[in-house]
Amino acid sequence: MISLQGITKHFGAHTVFKDIDLSLSQGEIIVIIGPSGTGKSTLLRCINFLEKPDAGRLQVGDLKVDTQRASRADILALRRRTAFVFQNYGLFANKTALDNISEGMIVVDKLPKAKAHARAREILERIGLADKADAYPASLSGGQQQRVGIGRAMAANADVILFDEPTSSLDPQWVEEVLGLMKQLAVERQTMIVVTHEMQFAREVADQVVFMDEGGIVEQAPPEELFTAPKDERTRHFLRKILAPTGQAVP
Amino acid sequence: MLNLEYMWGLLPVLLSYLPLTLQMATIAMVFALILACLLAVVRVSRVPVLNGLSLLFISFFRGTPLLVQLFLFYYGLPQVISSLIAITGVTAAVLGLTLHFSAYMAESIRAAIVGIDRSQTEAALSIGMTQSQLMRRIILPQATRVATPTLMNYFIDMIKATSLAFTLGVTELMGATQKEAAGSFLYLEAFLLVALIYWVIVEMLSWGQRRLEIYLNKAYQR
Ligand SMILES: Nc1ncnc2c1ncn2[C@@H]1O[C@H](COP(=O)(O)OP(=O)(O)OP(=O)(O)O)[C@@H](O)[C@H]1O
Ligand SMILES: [Mg+2]
Repeated sequence: MISLQGITKHFGAHTVFKDIDLSLSQGEIIVIIGPSGTGKSTLLRCINFLEKPDAGRLQVGDLKVDTQRASRADILALRRRTAFVFQNYGLFANKTALDNISEGMIVVDKLPKAKAHARAREILERIGLADKADAYPASLSGGQQQRVGIGRAMAANADVILFDEPTSSLDPQWVEEVLGLMKQLAVERQTMIVVTHEMQFAREVADQVVFMDEGGIVEQAPPEELFTAPKDERTRHFLRKILAPTGQAVP
Repeated sequence: MLNLEYMWGLLPVLLSYLPLTLQMATIAMVFALILACLLAVVRVSRVPVLNGLSLLFISFFRGTPLLVQLFLFYYGLPQVISSLIAITGVTAAVLGLTLHFSAYMAESIRAAIVGIDRSQTEAALSIGMTQSQLMRRIILPQATRVATPTLMNYFIDMIKATSLAFTLGVTELMGATQKEAAGSFLYLEAFLLVALIYWVIVEMLSWGQRRLEIYLNKAYQR
């Protein structure tokens, strides 16, 4: 169970969002959509404290954190329960695919090296990169790098994986393999929050779609509802703009 | 013209002082590297107070001549810190070289650290690594690779700079040459020979440096 209560974030005088409430149960998949600059990335980053929220409470599993009183230990604990997949992969350039995946298990979870490597090999198998164990990120395609990025998040064994536009930096030919892997995780009921512009993916995979616009969450609904009968005019406007060029049905 | 026979005979004499020169340079290099890493990390993470002190330190040691710094340590400091009265020329020289070069090297290492893509830092933090794990396992190994060619240059400079130790009465390569020349009056031969010795050593290191660079450029490509 993951819940956000009253999460607020300012950058200087600019309030990105205020009083965000969001909760999901284990195995639930939430997709967040919305125009650029509305704070989707910032919200995900607040969940694992890459940004410090300015107000609110977070709960992940049995860990409850008042963001204004979070100690260093709270922050580390929170980060261990949440894994992040970045738009630009963020792979460790000095480590092979295998080591990128096993690094957290060795350093953070303190698993013995042999065990961590064995688990990392299993994960490489699942992400379809068993033959790339010894490859450095620089020699992998964008799609392969992002799959390693997802593998690293899987290795964290977190309660939730946060995806921030995982396919936005990819050349079009690699998008499908990454979305495919995410769908596979969805089938396994991996809890996740995904920020994406891939509406088809949202339709297929999301349990709930959240539409964010200036200052917060405008509406939240299951995909069939949000995509066909959005309640708010801003949602309709956004969906028309983003769906029309792709030939998908417009509300 | 040149007294080649004298030079030939002087060669083994001077070479016997080479180990001291190389030792001073190596020890100073090791300490300078450690200090430079600390200074760079303090600067990058903007540790309060320490950051200001680091800036001051770097500014002073880059802003004043090495010779002045050596004289300060050897002749100046014992005046105020009486326990330093027994400081040897070698110790003062190693200390001076360490501090002087660490200031330069700190800036190179800092630049290398800053050059590492920020997303790796965030990725490391996002999986729950601490700042120090991030530094030790992700940032510094990469920064070292980037900074190594520059640091090798500083090592070469350092070897040449050890010659200043003779002004503190240390009989290293340069000090020995000075003494031999004063005894024989064959200044040209003696100083030409010592110049050749430095040159050959530096050339050998430069060769190693080029090899290293080729190796480093291939890094992380597999
Ligand atoms: N570190 C920062 N300092 C100051 N302002 C920031 C910072 N990070 C984000 N912002 C601002 O906060 C707002 C939200 O940014 P954010 O990146 O979260 O939006 P987004 O919804 O993810 O947009 P996109 O779809 O373009 O990724 C923007 O106005 C942005 O300029
Ligand atoms: Mg974003």
